Amino acid sequence: MLGDGIGSNIRRSKLINRRMFIASTAKAVVFFGIVSRLFYLQVEQNKKYLTLSDKNRIRENKLPPIRGEFKDYFGKTIAGNLDVYELHVIPEQVEDFRVLIMRVKQILNLTDKDVNKIYKVKNKQKPWKTIIVSDNLSWNQFSKINYYLYDLPGLKPVISVGRSYPYNESYSHVLGYVAYASQNDLSSNEVISDRYVPGLRVGKNGLEKTFETELIGTNTIQRFEVNAYGKRINQLEVQNGNQGNSLRISIDTEIQNYTTELLRHKAGSISIMDIYTGEIVAMNSSPSFNPNDFLYGIGSKEWKDLNANPSKPLVNKTISGLYSPGSTIKPLVALSALEHDVIKPSMTVRCTDTIDFYGQKFHCWKKKGHGYMTLKNAIKQSCDIYFYEVARLLGVDRLNETARKFGLGNIVLKDFFDNEKKGVVPSTKWKKEAIGQNWYLGETLITGIGQGYIQTTPLQLTLMTAQLANGGNKIYPTIIPDNNKNIKLIKKQMENNEDLNFPTDYPSLVRNKENVKFVLDGMFRSTNEIYGTSYSSRIEDPKYQFAGKTGTAQVKRITEAERDLDLKLNQIPYKERDHAWYTAFGPYKNPRYALTVLVEHGGSGSSVAAPIAKKLFKKIIDRHEVREKIRIDDTLIS
Amino acid sequence: MKSYSTFGDRSFFQKVRSLDFYLLISIILLGAISIVAMYSTDISDGKFYHSFNHALRFGIFFVLMIILSFINIKHYFSLSFLFYFIVLILLISATYFGTTVSGSQRWISLYFLNLQPSELMKIAIIVFLARYYHRVQPEAVNTIKKFIIPFIILIIPILLVLSQPDLGTSVLIALSGIAVIWLAGINIKYIVYSLLGLVILFPFVISMLQPYQKLRILTFINPDRDPLGAGYQIIQSKIAVGSGGLTGKGFLKGTQGYLDFLPEKHTDFIFTLFSEEFGFVGSVLLLLLYAFIIIRILIIGSNSRNYFGKFFCYGFAISIFFYISVNMLMVLGMLPIVGSPLPIMSYGGSSMLSMMIALGIVMSIRIYSREIIN
Repeated sequence: MLGDGIGSNIRRSKLINRRMFIASTAKAVVFFGIVSRLFYLQVEQNKKYLTLSDKNRIRENKLPPIRGEFKDYFGKTIAGNLDVYELHVIPEQVEDFRVLIMRVKQILNLTDKDVNKIYKVKNKQKPWKTIIVSDNLSWNQFSKINYYLYDLPGLKPVISVGRSYPYNESYSHVLGYVAYASQNDLSSNEVISDRYVPGLRVGKNGLEKTFETELIGTNTIQRFEVNAYGKRINQLEVQNGNQGNSLRISIDTEIQNYTTELLRHKAGSISIMDIYTGEIVAMNSSPSFNPNDFLYGIGSKEWKDLNANPSKPLVNKTISGLYSPGSTIKPLVALSALEHDVIKPSMTVRCTDTIDFYGQKFHCWKKKGHGYMTLKNAIKQSCDIYFYEVARLLGVDRLNETARKFGLGNIVLKDFFDNEKKGVVPSTKWKKEAIGQNWYLGETLITGIGQGYIQTTPLQLTLMTAQLANGGNKIYPTIIPDNNKNIKLIKKQMENNEDLNFPTDYPSLVRNKENVKFVLDGMFRSTNEIYGTSYSSRIEDPKYQFAGKTGTAQVKRITEAERDLDLKLNQIPYKERDHAWYTAFGPYKNPRYALTVLVEHGGSGSSVAAPIAKKLFKKIIDRHEVREKIRIDDTLIS
Repeated sequence: MKSYSTFGDRSFFQKVRSLDFYLLISIILLGAISIVAMYSTDISDGKFYHSFNHALRFGIFFVLMIILSFINIKHYFSLSFLFYFIVLILLISATYFGTTVSGSQRWISLYFLNLQPSELMKIAIIVFLARYYHRVQPEAVNTIKKFIIPFIILIIPILLVLSQPDLGTSVLIALSGIAVIWLAGINIKYIVYSLLGLVILFPFVISMLQPYQKLRILTFINPDRDPLGAGYQIIQSKIAVGSGGLTGKGFLKGTQGYLDFLPEKHTDFIFTLFSEEFGFVGSVLLLLLYAFIIIRILIIGSNSRNYFGKFFCYGFAISIFFYISVNMLMVLGMLPIVGSPLPIMSYGGSSMLSMMIALGIVMSIRIYSREIIN
């Protein structure tokens, strides 16, 4: 060709070579850039991307932790676990929620009401929160669902841990109950939020709540490798969780169940305590409720009924019920007067039904009066007039001091229940601060017979009686038995606690132990001598013989007109009837147990409460030997 | 017309000996690596559909390449315009009558493979321009007369492929064509003008497209528009590469791959999968292998006695470079996700076919390097 001169060819080659050189350099630069980028991603940022890659592929499945059990004193399970078959679904992870629910409805024969409930929950919560479609499937239903599972994407059959209370209402107030963890539970307890899985049940009340963190246990965690569509490909590892700690409590189920029987159809409380170890042997409040009803969430109607019931089945009356102690306070008033050297036991007062103090009329419970009374007789026959006089001489502030020492006006089981009430033991200072008024002397008088401002829980009276019964020594109430406690050692420490050189965990609460003996003798007469207020409930067999003090607490002020009517119990409206009290200890010769019986609006302590105590002492003392055997075994173990 | 035998004057044995064995071995090595990588993509479903097809295609097309190697360069030279127009007709029919897959109409269904003419066009454009500039002196390149034909020849397939829509392939066709035009000696300012013209033309082209096509193009340009689609892909790809580390997770152990987190792992993201399993070391070695192939092609080009051969080799070498860079920069998160396969590694018959045809032509240029075409 004409243009193909040698010169132009050389120029052409030069041009091409020059441009190829530029191109090659550019290529080298870009390749170097790619290598740098690879280095940056794969070497420098490797850790970050490895983490992200693991996050992509590893899914954790947290199983519900297995809750520790409650055992009674003898190791009997009183709160156990059971498998609960549940169906969970997360709306966000379901393609067509309506279709899924329709299918589930068909398979399980759900009612329209059930389905509506599911939609209600769905509309209420965030789409990534688990809905419990069904929490109470039978094994048949559960296997049926598992059979169709391939057809129900997004549905999760879950074996959850439920609680069972074999003794139904007997332990409700002690143990409380468990129910689904609420938002509040999660935010107030870190351990719960850490172990949380949908459907987790936690303690709502009682010991179940108090010991939540010990009971809850740890989750079993399964790690799976999943693909991009969330399908499980491999199980990588299983980190096994541990069951929560089981707790043994000091209550004897046999006696506890018996208290349930004794309180049936009554509103009231029974509490029994070991006067040396402070162990609660039984503690019951009536009416009660069945904690098993809360397993699948209680219905709103049932819940309303429980709350509206005037007998307050949800309130643990033993520790949260506040009542005027009535005459049960008299041994303590007597003790306080003796301790403060205010009176001599021989002091005599003539009881003639009424007495005027400062222009006000004060009555004895006994029409026509008791006649001439000494202190011992006044305790035995519970003479009000006598104790007005004692109180007048003693003064409310000195009584307050003794009452507080013996446990009134204070929380008894503070480590175990968060709903216990303190009550009131009045003093002049207290009234000034709480009400802003001066103390009137008339108020001292009615405090002396356990009326007026003074308010106690049944358990406080049990503790008071226990500390009198052991000779006036401090004890430490508990519901968890301590294997290391040795009765002989405790007794020895108590006997010698007035000797300052003798170290003791059980200090004396009194100045002179003879004063305690005097009061106990008064209580013995009250139960075991004719004219004693609870004489008709006595047991003569020394093995079972007990001593106690009745109480009949007015719930309203009785007018003179009403007093003259002298109505029979069934003529008074239920709500206005007196509370019946009885607090006692036994066996008298070698006391070991103290108890308090309260029957709300039961009438008089002697006719209603004391007969219950009689039955109880038979039971408790019959059970004593087996209970002691366990203790001895325990000491051997420890 | 002169008559000559297909194999020229030399004996067959001499021709075999003048094959570039470095290049040949590199291609076989690359093919082997690609089959290994493809095998790894298949283990998640347990059916070895992709790896089997890929291996089969590589085998068939490799034989095709060898056959093409022994065809005299003169025949390619004289058939080059025809080749371009055949591919153009295929491209037109694919664009208007072809099979539509995921919103893009770019395939012609043949019974043994779905032919994607746009892939063949990547090579055809180089063949055409190499032939066109074979006789054009650098001084003439910049005249309007000698500029207008290459421009039209280039712009038609670009617009066709763009309207399929397939931004990735049209960009690669444009880059391949521009590379040859530039090598032929065009003044750089014409390229700049053309690019400006394209930018002006772009909205006009877009206005002719269907709404869903527009959306696809916009998504191609800006992946943030579609964070769960393209955005997801790039995030997963970076995780896969990054988690590979220095030496990789090991063959068949790339979790991003076998657990299906990696999208399009057979095709555009095959490098990601390879990189996850064989790490930085494996990736760099693969890149070096590609670089070696490019260098061998450049050497063959520089040894060729005719400008057709030179232009083809140089243009093809630059094109391979573009294929590799666009693909790798894309999967490494440095370019937006536009569909672009990695040569030979990616699954796809058309891409492999056009690569093997081009390599066959390169081999022929090598065997007939002393041929002077007038």
